[in-house]
Amino acid sequence: MKVLVAVKRVVDYNVKVRVKADNSGVDLANVKMSMNPFCEIAVEEAVRLKEKGVATEIVVVSIGPTTAQEQLRTALALGADRAILVESAEDLTSLAVAKLLKAVVDKEQPQLVILGKQAIDSDNNQTGQMLAALTGYGQGTFASKVEVSGDTVAVTREIDGGAQTVSLKLPAIVTTDLRLNEPRYASLPNIMKAKKKPLESLTPEALGVSTASTNKTVKVEAPAARSAGIKVKSVAELVEKLKNEAKVI
Amino acid sequence: MAILVIAEHDNKALAPATLNTVAAAAKIGGDIHVLVAGQGAGPVAEAAAKIAGVSKVLNADNAAYAHQLPENVAPLVAELGKGYSHILAAATSNGKNILPRVAAQLDVDQISEIISVENADTFKRPIYAGNAIATVQSNASVKVITVRATGFDPVAAEGGSATVEAVAAAHDAGTSSFVGEELAKSDRPELTAAKIVVSGGRGMQNGDNFKHLYALADKLGAAVGASRAAVDAGFVPNDMQVGQTGKIVAPQLYIAVGISGAIQHLAGMKDSKVIVAINKDEEAPIFQVADYGLVADLFEAVPELEKLV
Repeated sequence: MKVLVAVKRVVDYNVKVRVKADNSGVDLANVKMSMNPFCEIAVEEAVRLKEKGVATEIVVVSIGPTTAQEQLRTALALGADRAILVESAEDLTSLAVAKLLKAVVDKEQPQLVILGKQAIDSDNNQTGQMLAALTGYGQGTFASKVEVSGDTVAVTREIDGGAQTVSLKLPAIVTTDLRLNEPRYASLPNIMKAKKKPLESLTPEALGVSTASTNKTVKVEAPAARSAGIKVKSVAELVEKLKNEAKVI
Repeated sequence: MAILVIAEHDNKALAPATLNTVAAAAKIGGDIHVLVAGQGAGPVAEAAAKIAGVSKVLNADNAAYAHQLPENVAPLVAELGKGYSHILAAATSNGKNILPRVAAQLDVDQISEIISVENADTFKRPIYAGNAIATVQSNASVKVITVRATGFDPVAAEGGSATVEAVAAAHDAGTSSFVGEELAKSDRPELTAAKIVVSGGRGMQNGDNFKHLYALADKLGAAVGASRAAVDAGFVPNDMQVGQTGKIVAPQLYIAVGISGAIQHLAGMKDSKVIVAINKDEEAPIFQVADYGLVADLFEAVPELEKLV
């Protein structure tokens, strides 16, 4: 079966971002960018499905600026067969991305679509669920285990009180949680080979999708800073402070 | 216009996060209706009717909603939601699972995990793991929003007298089915609702050593949490994880033991009122957010702390 994996180019998770002085957003100039960590897990799961002989082809798709080609090449080096970039310079909302992915799903007809559960920049946790709504497919969000058998997929999901397993009819949408797997590193020969794999470029216009949004970001501020704390010398002093100064115990 | 709040429940009891969500709805202003979608969830509907400020409870009782599968519940919420100005759900694993599906069905953008209400169409929410706060305005006809429980003080669970109305609509998409679940058992308070949280990190060294934290927690009436490092190392189950990818907590007192304080962990607890850090590395980033820091070996400090509190 064909597996479609969506990946996003985001600021690297180790970077401590700074808010711009004019409160228009976060300063991303000259900041290291990477593949969103949850998307890496999605790529890894697709590659493992291919290694098990379940998946026959892995198509990786990204929606974003021209530079998102780097993240697609990374996915190709990890084992994806070909890539699609839907180029859009503007900052798209999850719904716009879901609509573009729906157009790609219509074109590619995958049996399984794997996405990360959330991107670490917008922290939305929406796109997979929205794509599931638009396609009418079942959704297995926050997956910690994925097992395909015949025309269904069993997805074990991380929920607040523990774990839940659901069975979905294929085609289906799965979003990855951290514990699904440990992504591999791309080897140098694979990075070289990835340069020769096909990468197709599309535009929202060519897909006939409107990316208009009902949301507008008015401003972005730095969070209120915590006032500096103190270091106590002993457990006794700590207990004394908690009881008499902070009055929390 | 009225506001529809999706009740968080397990068919038996109403989850406390619902009270925080109703509090957010009250800040927006307007009639507040609560939807209970489930099977045999009558007691939940009755509890919802008692919430202060709620004027109507919609009880959708159907086998298709038993496990609140989003494929079945989202069409119900989208259908009912068309008549409302706002649809709100708690940003729990359930709310996050269902609501974006509702938003897409209504063809509107969703606003995730709001922490404050500026006015009826403008909200604040954290982005970049809480390192920036975005103010977002929505011009959608129906505003679909998930609410971060720790951003709002809960309304009173008693005092209301709403009417309960049965909803007959049945949606069964037939694309998904519930297989089973495995819930972690705990007698301690729920992590996201606890007034005191004691969390352990990689510094705990193994799962057995968490007994020191359990002893301290039991003395304080606290919940026990963990960092991702402790979960990944297999010390404790993952539903104890506090952080961007785990649970977001904001207790009165948060005690971080053997936790370095990575960005992803801080995103889950830096809104706590008082933060205490116990770590033997005085350079650990956790000390930059801690109100009280103690540089000490946790295996000596924690048992001593337990004795003194």
